[in-house]
Amino acid sequence: MENSVIISIQGLKKHFITPGGRFTALNGIDIEFGKAEFTGVVGPSGSGKTTLLNIIGSLDSPSEGKAIVLGQSIGELNVKQAALLRRSRLGFIFQSYNLLPVYTVFENVEFPLLLLKLNDGQRKKMVMDSLEWLGLTDKVKSKPAQLSGGECQRVAIARSMVKKPEIVLADEPTANLDAANSHHILKTMVQLNKEFKTTFIFATHDDKVIGYLRRKISLIDGKVAKDEITNN
Amino acid sequence: MKLLLQLAIKNLIGAGLRTWLNVIVLSFSFVIIIWHKGILDGWDRQAKNETAKWETGRGQFWQKSYDPYDAFSLTEAHAKIPSSLDTVLLNGNLVPILITQGTIYPGGRIQSILIKGIDSNQKILKIPAALFLKSSDEIPVLIGRRMATDNELKEGDIITLRWRDVHGTFDAGDMKVIAIFDTEVPTVDMGQIWIPLDQLQKMMGMPGEATILVCKNKESGSLYPAGWKFKSSEVLLKSITDLIKMKSVAGIVLYIILLSLAMLAIFDTQILSIFRRQKEIGTYIALGMTRYQVVGLFTIEGSLNSVLACILAAIYGIPLLAWQASRGLSMPGGSKGFGLAVADKIYPAYSIGLVLITIILIMITTIIVSYLPSRKIAKMKPTEALRGKLQ
Ligand SMILES: Nc1ncnc2c1ncn2[C@@H]1O[C@H](COP(=O)(O)OP(=O)(O)OP(=O)(O)O)[C@@H](O)[C@H]1O
Ligand SMILES: [Mg+2]
Repeated sequence: MENSVIISIQGLKKHFITPGGRFTALNGIDIEFGKAEFTGVVGPSGSGKTTLLNIIGSLDSPSEGKAIVLGQSIGELNVKQAALLRRSRLGFIFQSYNLLPVYTVFENVEFPLLLLKLNDGQRKKMVMDSLEWLGLTDKVKSKPAQLSGGECQRVAIARSMVKKPEIVLADEPTANLDAANSHHILKTMVQLNKEFKTTFIFATHDDKVIGYLRRKISLIDGKVAKDEITNN
Repeated sequence: MKLLLQLAIKNLIGAGLRTWLNVIVLSFSFVIIIWHKGILDGWDRQAKNETAKWETGRGQFWQKSYDPYDAFSLTEAHAKIPSSLDTVLLNGNLVPILITQGTIYPGGRIQSILIKGIDSNQKILKIPAALFLKSSDEIPVLIGRRMATDNELKEGDIITLRWRDVHGTFDAGDMKVIAIFDTEVPTVDMGQIWIPLDQLQKMMGMPGEATILVCKNKESGSLYPAGWKFKSSEVLLKSITDLIKMKSVAGIVLYIILLSLAMLAIFDTQILSIFRRQKEIGTYIALGMTRYQVVGLFTIEGSLNSVLACILAAIYGIPLLAWQASRGLSMPGGSKGFGLAVADKIYPAYSIGLVLITIILIMITTIIVSYLPSRKIAKMKPTEALRGKLQ
């Protein structure tokens, strides 16, 4: 099932220039991700989880080595190509939801489709479908400020899933949620992963999330310490 | 572009109070600039119209020695009306005016004045010369309201007038103020009296002579009578043009201050919103916008302030300015003493050009002021914007 490789990372290093000198956040990473994986990158704070996800998400570029995502080499994309990749094929979920505050739930979820220039009818249907998967159809007209944290994160998931991307990158998606809400959104994501064969990659140190993962990659000091298939 | 515009509108309206404050300040600038310029243009138009009707006509011929700024030139500045102008004169298209110096003694004081002789039958200027025809007095005199006030003269007053004729001989007589006229043009009013032309010619011993000839049509200017020079209305009204120009320059200072205030408010809002909305900017980029699209979005957001201001200004400005245009602006009484025609009321003149130029000017400045801070977004690293940690 998880055979075709969609992300291939080879000898990836990432250095940051800090006032204290050069700091290496990722120090030689070699991993591959296949289609429809449900994988977590775990590790202590500062181990480089977010940095790795950012590079996969084309928000940042490697200092050394290669990151091939959906056939495109992240380090060699120009800003426009990177934006296009994110726009059409990647979804993001953030710890703090990052919803657009002046937009309604519907408009937030619709946003990625606006960038894809889909027609009105198509767009509306996709937004409503996505809201339905997340059980948000009664919140269509609400603004983010009127929603609970769990609901906000569901809107964010709906937004990341609305265009049916091949990869969803979720950085600490449960960090601001209570246990019940965390389980709720994780179950939903497992379902979406099964239904649409979307690859989910998490960065987390939340045991609740880890409990749902099928593969767990442990980072320590910017290196892969362990890469294991878990039996979920 | 259309998408960015839609998003920008949503964001701007979503920003609420801050947007409206900026928009209100900016709309004030719009209305005040248009109003102020409209008043000046209206004043210019009225002053020129009135001056043309009372004094300058559509151009004048001046006897070659005549110099309105040199009273001594008046002893020389008179000549027979050239025969080449006879037809124009007979058709009523020319008013000869003879100008000389004299002295009056109002209330025991000595007052040096100009005596202007004008044809009782003239119909070109608004000087009510026809009133002479009703009078049987030896020297009937018309004066303006300012002249009357300055010298405490009333209708019916008889005072002594002294003059020096063509030979330099002093002579004197009693003049009677038969009427006082109201005019907005001080240059046909202050320091002068109007008497019938034939009377003045007789008093001076200058039969058939005049100092200036006021034309009804500007075409008469092409007649070039020998010994006379033609002054077009543009030349005669130049002092008004100059004065209004001077006032306009003072206005520009006002506009710059107003605009700077509005622009400062927008600039400040832009800087603040780019700082506060880093995460949002990061999110836009994560969702697939390019940084340049985000720069565009913020620039449009800022620029839309001026569009909203324009709409708001139209909502309250059009009725306000229209009302002002119909009611006129009352000028303070003191402005009567101005060297320039000032009506009791000035009716502002708003031209499409004026409104368009103001709108375009404000739009362009707003776009620049919105764009400058937004450029910063293009230099942001998306990962740092997402963390919201930029300073
Ligand atoms: N832009 C940056 N400039 C300098 N150092 C950075 C930058 N981004 C990350 N780092 C450093 O790189 C290291 C890895 O950061 P990263 O955010 O990937 O860690 P993480 O595993 O996601 O940690 P956490 O669990 O706390 O989110 C950290 O030590 C961090 O300080
Ligand atoms: Mg992190």
